[in-house]
Order: sequence, then structure tokens, then C-alpha cells
Amino acid sequence: MSIDKATAAKVAKLARIKVEEDALPALAGEFNTILGFIEQLNEVDVEGVEPMTSVTPMRLKRREDVVTEGGQQDKILANAPDAREGFFAVPKVVE
Amino acid sequence: MTELNTLTIAQARDALKAGETTSTALTESCLAAIDSADALNAFVHKTPELALEQAKAADARIAAGDAPDLCGIPLGIKDLFCTKGVPSQAASNILEGFKPQYESTVSQNLFDAGAVMLGKLNMDEFAMGSSNETSCYGNAVNPWRRGNDDTALTPGGSSGGSASAVAADLCLGATGTDTGGSIRQPAAFTGITGIKPTYGRCSRWGIIAFASSLDQAGPMTKDVRDSAIMLQAMCSHDPKDSTSVDFPVPDFEAALTGDIRGKTIGIPKEYHLDGMPDEIDQLWTRGKEMLADAGAKVVDISLPHTKYALPAYYVIAPAEASSNLARYDGVRYGQRATLAAGDGITEMYEKTRAEGFGHEVQRRVMVGTYVLSAGFYDAYYNRARKVRALIKKDFDDVFAAGVDAILTPATPSAAFGLGEMTEADPVQMYLNDVFTVTVNLAGLPGISVPAGVDKQGLPLGLQLIGKPWEEGDLLNTAYVLERAAGFVSKPAKWW
Repeated sequence: MSIDKATAAKVAKLARIKVEEDALPALAGEFNTILGFIEQLNEVDVEGVEPMTSVTPMRLKRREDVVTEGGQQDKILANAPDAREGFFAVPKVVE
Repeated sequence: MTELNTLTIAQARDALKAGETTSTALTESCLAAIDSADALNAFVHKTPELALEQAKAADARIAAGDAPDLCGIPLGIKDLFCTKGVPSQAASNILEGFKPQYESTVSQNLFDAGAVMLGKLNMDEFAMGSSNETSCYGNAVNPWRRGNDDTALTPGGSSGGSASAVAADLCLGATGTDTGGSIRQPAAFTGITGIKPTYGRCSRWGIIAFASSLDQAGPMTKDVRDSAIMLQAMCSHDPKDSTSVDFPVPDFEAALTGDIRGKTIGIPKEYHLDGMPDEIDQLWTRGKEMLADAGAKVVDISLPHTKYALPAYYVIAPAEASSNLARYDGVRYGQRATLAAGDGITEMYEKTRAEGFGHEVQRRVMVGTYVLSAGFYDAYYNRARKVRALIKKDFDDVFAAGVDAILTPATPSAAFGLGEMTEADPVQMYLNDVFTVTVNLAGLPGISVPAGVDKQGLPLGLQLIGKPWEEGDLLNTAYVLERAAGFVSKPAKWW
């Protein structure tokens, strides 16, 4: 299947990456090259194959559902581009 | 006396224990080498004050006796590792100014063992690349050149800065990470040793994520013994990474007996590529002979799904990257784009990510978004995961048949010139990982060992692939190969 300009625009939107209108055809072309390469996977018979989940079968460890390292508001906010009054600040979300 | 920065980790350890030198002297020697090597663009954030402080503490610990092997050893740390209070930006503009408030488990393990951090090393942006050309810091440069030709060559990628720094003796060893070959390919391009351990050996906590089911950290060093020593210190069980395994870490250096008699080495026929340079083929043949001469049994094997590894990887890795990189939203850390009047939160996300991510990262995030989008998830992502299971089964089958390790070339070529691949389509660049990527998909340990030079004098590497959790055995086979190959060449200093 081939990706057109409209699909490229939709993917960019889903990925939340601004792509200028005039860059879309080249982007669609690159997607098609990569997806063409990936198409080879259709040659493989995967009937009845379970997707791989780990190198050696093992049960994921569990832990108590408790706060382990809480109370670090300053550290959490230290790298924020815009932090105010103990919160992350963003442009207005609700009209 | 040899320049201290040119010592191996094992030599430096022994000299420190014997009181023949100090960590401070070793560290000063490396810092001077780093300052005279800006042309390599390997170290992108230098931390001399921290290094000298750590060296001083290491010297005190050594004087007190009973210091670990890595105590006082100056290392470089790939920029992908979060290091407390020190810039850690995965070579991306989107993380400019980010200073982690915590330390990655692997770097903490190294510091607990007394290692000294000289600074942060260049890499491809978010570890996405095979030539270190996607870095926001500019290209790292290979210390090796083609004879007298002064064309700047790639050190490989994504751990290009680590490879360049170790090959040029700017540090005694460096951390790398390997998602599709990012330790082994640059190691091969620069004539050094690099091992990616079994998935789960090293904690991924605090390593900026690319593709979580494939990412593993590992050491990049001047020889196999150093890899054993450094890997030992990097591995641990970590409750903060649910995929980190709770297995004991064996003594890897003790595994280097030099005896591989009775071992079976598999040669996979699918790794013979059309158009592969004769020199790579010849090197591979010599590698087989060396292991046979050492008493191993060399057998032909088949790994039938090999050709599907790269396409499976280029579904799985971008898919996981698109999820992992969703966190770069201009809110919690790093850069936020300047907004126009009336811009809302969606414009903030879109502009921040367009400005902050480089072209290759944007492309992979979008490919990942596409293969995970409604209607395509089964056709692409789930199919790739099933093919991945078949690739792993290929390896399981040969190991079950008695093969102990697999010998392959590390890369399909020697280091290429920076900029030479600019016009190629992305898939051409991806082919660099054709021999290494199967190992990540199957979660196995793999090591690249320098084994010779091509006719232009550039280093070439061989790869050994081991059984899961058998890094000790793998390192020992690599040690035999290293000794037989006798690779001692160093790049002539031009920088």
C-alpha cells in the first residue's frame, strides 16, 4: 500500500509533529521506501506463532502498590520549561 | 613510562593496586588527552571537576585497601545515560539544558565501584543512527583514516563518541548502548571491543529510552579483558527496571581461561551477503580457522529467518520509539518552542517536537505512529513481533543442537566517510545493522572483536553471538579470537 500526502499529514498530526505542507510529499516518499522494505514480512508464515515477550520465560516481579519515593515536587519541576506555584504551566487548555 | 591514558583498564587496575600510579594521575592524563582531541568531537560535556573529585576519593579508597577492580578508572559515559546534575540530552535539542535529578542505575553501579566520569560522549540523536551524523552536537569523528587520505570517517553509531574516545585513548573505557548494533558496529569501525549483554543483564533505569524491548547497555573497551571487568560492574538486578533479571552475575574475568577446546562454533550460511567485500569474507574465514586451531569444532548452521530481522526491527523499534518519545512534550523537561499569540496546547506540542527532534528521529516516530495506528497494528506490529519469535527460535534451535557460539562478521563494510551516505535512502543506512540486529531481537549477548584491517588500513571486526546469560563463555571465546588475531594496530594521531 502506498502512503499519499493526506496520510502523511494525518500521521504527522497523530505524532504531534508539525510538518509544513511543502515537506509532506518528500515525507510520504520516505514512508513508502521504509514501508516497502517492511512489506517483506508478509512472506513469513506466522500462523499459530505467539509474539515473543522475553528471552527466558519469567514472571514479572510485583511490588506493593505504595509510594516509594514521593515528596519530591521541587526535583520533579526542576527541569520544566515553565513551572509556577508548584505546577507545570501550559498554554490555556480550556476555553 | 607509557602515557597513562593509553593503559587498558586491567593494566591501570594493577598499577593502582601496586601503588605505581594514582587515579588522579590517570584522570589528569585522560583530561589532557580529551582537551587535545576536540577535533574528534567525542566528549560533548566535559566534567573535569567531578572527575578529579572522584579520582581523589578513589585514591583514598585504594589506599585503604580492598578497592573494587574499577576503582579509580577514568571512563566516558554516553550521553544517553542520565547522570545527576550533569547535562544528559541524548544528543537531542529537545533535551537541551536537561540536568537529571537522579543517576542511572548503570552509572551508579560504576560509581559505586569507584569509577571516575570524565564527561558525556557524543552519539546519534536518541541512539537512532549508524554513523553519529544525527547528533545535535555535530558528527563524532573516527580517529582512524584511510592511509594518508584525510577524509573524515564515521566512528559508527549510535555509540560513536564512545568508540572514538576509547580508540583514541581519551578514556580507558566507555559505556555504550545497543538497540540494533549501536555498541558492536562502532566498536568494529574503530578497532575496539564492545559487548551487548543478554537483554535484562543491565538495568535500563535512567537510560533515555529508545526501543525498550531491545535497548541494552554494555561496555566499550580496548580489549576483551577490559570488557569483562567493566561489564561485571555494570550488571545488577534492579527493582526499578521490571525487565532486569534477578540472576547472579558471574565473575566474567575469571571466565577468561583461553581454553575453548571442545566448544562448537556455528557459521550461519544466511550471513553470506551478495556484494559483501572480499576482505570481510576473508576475515570471517580466518576467524573460523583461528577458532578451529584453538580446538573448537566449527560447523555450518542455518538461521532461516535472518533476512526478516531488519524489516521486523524497523517495525518494532520505531513503534516503541513513538511511544517512548511521546514524553517530550515541552511540559516536563527540555525545550519548549516559542509560541505565537493564540497558540494552544496542541500547537505547543507540534511546534516543540518539530523544532526539538532532528529529521531521523521525526521520521522514526512517525513510522512508529503509523504502524501502531488503528487498522495497521496487527498487519505490522503484531506480525513483526511474531517474526521476532521465529528469529529467536532459529537461535534456540541451533543452541539446542549443541552450538555454543556463532561467528559472523560484525559489519558489512569498514568505516565509511562522514557524509557519504547522505544521499542514500534510509534503508541503505539501516543495512549497517544487518549482522547485529538479529541479536537484539533474540535478546542474546553479542560481542565485536577487532580482528584485522582492510587494504586501506581500517579496522574490521568479527562478531560472536552467545547463549542467553552465558556472557562469561562468550567473552572467553572472544578472548581466544582476540589472542589469535593479535590485533594491536592503533590509529596514527592526527588530531
